[in-house]
Amino acid sequence: MSTLHTVNKSPFERGSMASAFAHAVEGDAVLMIEDGVLGARKTGAFSPTITGRSGAVSIYALGPDLAARGVKAEDVADGVTIVGYDGFVDLAATHDRVCAWL
Amino acid sequence: MAERPKKTFLYLNRKAPYGTIYALESLEVVLIGAAFEQDVSLAFLDDGVFQIVEGQDASALGMKNFSKTYRALGDFEVRKLYVERESLAERGLSEADLMPIMWEDEDEDYAEKPSIRLVDRSEMTRLIGAADVVLSF
Repeated sequence: MSTLHTVNKSPFERGSMASAFAHAVEGDAVLMIEDGVLGARKTGAFSPTITGRSGAVSIYALGPDLAARGVKAEDVADGVTIVGYDGFVDLAATHDRVCAWL
Repeated sequence: MAERPKKTFLYLNRKAPYGTIYALESLEVVLIGAAFEQDVSLAFLDDGVFQIVEGQDASALGMKNFSKTYRALGDFEVRKLYVERESLAERGLSEADLMPIMWEDEDEDYAEKPSIRLVDRSEMTRLIGAADVVLSF
């Protein structure tokens, strides 16, 4: 029984990303979408949190949202897997529920 | 028609009232959902805890003070309101700052029982993981 947590707000603007990680347990996945992908930058302040949790929690960022915001694949923090829309669908289908952190 | 098994619905409330429409919309969806006789729970965390703080007065805003509606939830068989303890503490709030929200137990001569249950973050995490459907506001 696992949960896919989606985050669509920048962690520099809102606490949604921090709350998502605080309520994610081992086996869950966190997917950054829309402005949420801004937290995925390797040199950003949120990167240690991502890398620290990436063992127990699977962490993803949506490629088209990264590209739109000029975040290159090589700029993304270690432990983040970049997925496309098809990957988003697969994640939603392979988890028991989706929990959106707005 | 065969009766479908009940699903557990968890409404996740994370935003303060009045500043955005989320809190009011959540309440309206909860009331609609209650008509379908599902197992409904409400969760209040982050700024969502401000939705059920006592003493709200929106009269000067020209907006409806909808906080009283939470007290009617018991009549719609919505009796499980989980409030995250850490979210209260971070905002300098305690259980004493919340509205008394009760439901009447018809099996015990309509005794009033509290709907609010304080839970810590790990229990809130467990509740999210136990729900069939999570609806976020």
